[in-house]
Amino acid sequence: MSGEVKPRVRVPGTAAAGETIVIKTLINHRMETGLRKDSDGNTIPRQIINRFTCEFNGETVIDVAVEPAVSTNPYFEFEAVVPEAGEFVFKWYDDNGDVYETTKAIEIG
Amino acid sequence: MELTRRGALALGAGAALSLVLPAASARAAIEDSIANFTGGADIGEGGITLTTPEIAENGNTVPISVAAPGAVAIMVLASGNPNPDVGIFRFGPLAANQAASTRIRLNGTQDVIAIAEMADGSFVQVANNVKVTIGGCGG
Amino acid sequence: MRGFAKGAGIVLAGVMALGLGAPLAAQPIEDTLIVNEELEMTTRIPAPEYMAEIFDEVISGWHFRTGETRDMQRDDFDNPGMLFAEQGRDAWNTVEGDAGHSCASCHEGPESLAGYWTQNPRIGGDSNGELWAAEQYINNCRETRMEAEPWGWDSNQMKNMTALIASQSRGMPMNITTDGEYAEHWELGKEIYYTRYGQMQLACANCHEENNGQMIRADHLSQGHINGFPTYRLRTAGLVSRHNRFRGCIRDTRGVPYGIGSPEFVALELYLASRGNGLSVEGPAVRN
Repeated sequence: MSGEVKPRVRVPGTAAAGETIVIKTLINHRMETGLRKDSDGNTIPRQIINRFTCEFNGETVIDVAVEPAVSTNPYFEFEAVVPEAGEFVFKWYDDNGDVYETTKAIEIG
Repeated sequence: MELTRRGALALGAGAALSLVLPAASARAAIEDSIANFTGGADIGEGGITLTTPEIAENGNTVPISVAAPGAVAIMVLASGNPNPDVGIFRFGPLAANQAASTRIRLNGTQDVIAIAEMADGSFVQVANNVKVTIGGCGG
Repeated sequence: MRGFAKGAGIVLAGVMALGLGAPLAAQPIEDTLIVNEELEMTTRIPAPEYMAEIFDEVISGWHFRTGETRDMQRDDFDNPGMLFAEQGRDAWNTVEGDAGHSCASCHEGPESLAGYWTQNPRIGGDSNGELWAAEQYINNCRETRMEAEPWGWDSNQMKNMTALIASQSRGMPMNITTDGEYAEHWELGKEIYYTRYGQMQLACANCHEENNGQMIRADHLSQGHINGFPTYRLRTAGLVSRHNRFRGCIRDTRGVPYGIGSPEFVALELYLASRGNGLSVEGPAVRN
């Protein structure tokens, strides 16, 4: 990876209890497929985000098994129910073992 | 192995359609992925929506959305890619609906397939054709 | 005239070979660009006086893209170019070099450069009377004020920074000066714009002036404005600088491009930017 991997998520700061909210996530990542060759003809090893998860207060919202066909800078959009105040935890799992994590707190109001 | 409607079409259509349908090895890969996901169960239709552009301006970044109310998981396949797997979305108790959007790579004009596993263990699928254009300028 | 006629024949054959037959969408698409539900962009304007014989209307490249591509530019979260502008913001605040400065040491926030992109390239105090693109001002700061290593014109760091700086002017009208000390550069840029290059014998004007709205293979030719640069290209899934695009276009004519950062390309940049005077700065835009 060239440059730092930086996740971005968009979550509203507040919601009514039980409200449905839209969540958007984006992370900068090459998503190297393992199918490309470099200029010397050597295969560039696969390195992708292979899993993305979103949890709220320990309960799963979405868990995605990600394959190389997902585009560079993977983008996911989905909707969650917010039963109470708490914290969303987002994780992106890299083939190299790294896990990129970010959190977003949400208030009930 | 479950013979899908599309697989049956491919087998029956002969050479005339071979240019637009995946090659035999690719079909096998698709069927393997489907079998892994469904365990060989029958696949119905209806109750699943796949939103794709009719024409993608560039195959590198094609926005898609899937939705299947009541599903526990939705698998997406790109039938014309060297590796047809795109991803499997599994929905937890706090998913407000069983829907998601992402951006995918398509290696040329092809069918994108989405298969949902419903809460009762049944499966439904939908397929959309996406035309991938080759731009005029390589810039 | 024989040479000219021959050249014209090659051009015609080239355009026909690249053509797709029935156009998928011959005209720019009617639509309105509002970014983040608040920033309304000017994407179509009556042509400025010096362009009146060329176009009735000056139209952003955004109108020539498909709905899915246009949608990606309506919201900063959906626009992957903004990921890189954010990385540019990190670099803005990073102290580098022997002088112990970051961009922020002198300029404070990048907001202080709001409006800068409307007059890029420009002749400024640092440039000693030369016409400089933003990349040259950035490297001048790095070398003389920060005492840091310059960035490559087309490096990721530079593109991240130009995306950050361009984004501070989004929505503001392009406002390039074309007369006075700019006139000679503008004339050079214009000359390049109308010069046929390469085996294909194509000038910028052949595609972007005479055939915008038409299809070149499956690509919808725009008027070739540069108000959206640096641009996030779906094809490369990364930012593309103005000069990189110029190089790509000339290369596609099978010609030998001027160098990235060359005075010729800076002059072309000035001329092209002036053709879009009045359009909103869109950088980083999203294109195919």
